[in-house]
Amino acid sequence: MVYTERNTWSTLIATAVIVPGYIVVILQQAAGGPLTSVDWFPIMLWAIGISIAATIVLSILWGMFAGLRDPKGATTTDVRDRDIDQMGGRVEHAFLVIAGLGVIALCAVGADVFWIANTMFLGFAISTFIGSVARIVAYRRGLI
Amino acid sequence: MVKPTLVTNSIRSMREEAGITQADLAGRIGVTRQTLIAIEQGRYSPTLELAFQIARAFEVGIDDLFQYPEG
Repeated sequence: MVYTERNTWSTLIATAVIVPGYIVVILQQAAGGPLTSVDWFPIMLWAIGISIAATIVLSILWGMFAGLRDPKGATTTDVRDRDIDQMGGRVEHAFLVIAGLGVIALCAVGADVFWIANTMFLGFAISTFIGSVARIVAYRRGLI
Repeated sequence: MVKPTLVTNSIRSMREEAGITQADLAGRIGVTRQTLIAIEQGRYSPTLELAFQIARAFEVGIDDLFQYPEG
């Protein structure tokens, strides 16, 4: 597995674990009451911070392990990695646009700031997840 | 589903004929071994520049290495 594919897997794993964790914590904090009463901001900041840190730590640990097996190729990237990354970026962009439009719509109807912020947060998370899946599929099935 | 390409190549047969390993050829053209494998298996269409580099590594023309059906 090449360097950028490992990093993509790290991002995918971190997103797949942290985001559901964030949702669970929010629901626990609400305790059956209205979600808008939850103090979501610090929880979101923690989720973003942990997600970034987990991705970095996972990438480093995986890279160290890969480096033991193939020291020269552990951090090598090439034109295919760039092409796959660009394709994944286009997929991500599409979902970010959808989230952005959702935020505009929520602002237009005067929704609570909880829903506005969390729509954008989930937009980031879903776009990252789908973009990572698209990249993994391209690595595994091909990019033509 | 990945869109199939009509382009085929003879990289693997030429490489084996020349007794070059995937790692050696990948190193010569500046890509990872995984990328070379993807090209050989038709899972990645190389850029024109990369196609020239591969052809040059075998000292053949691009047409000798990559095939596209007539019509």
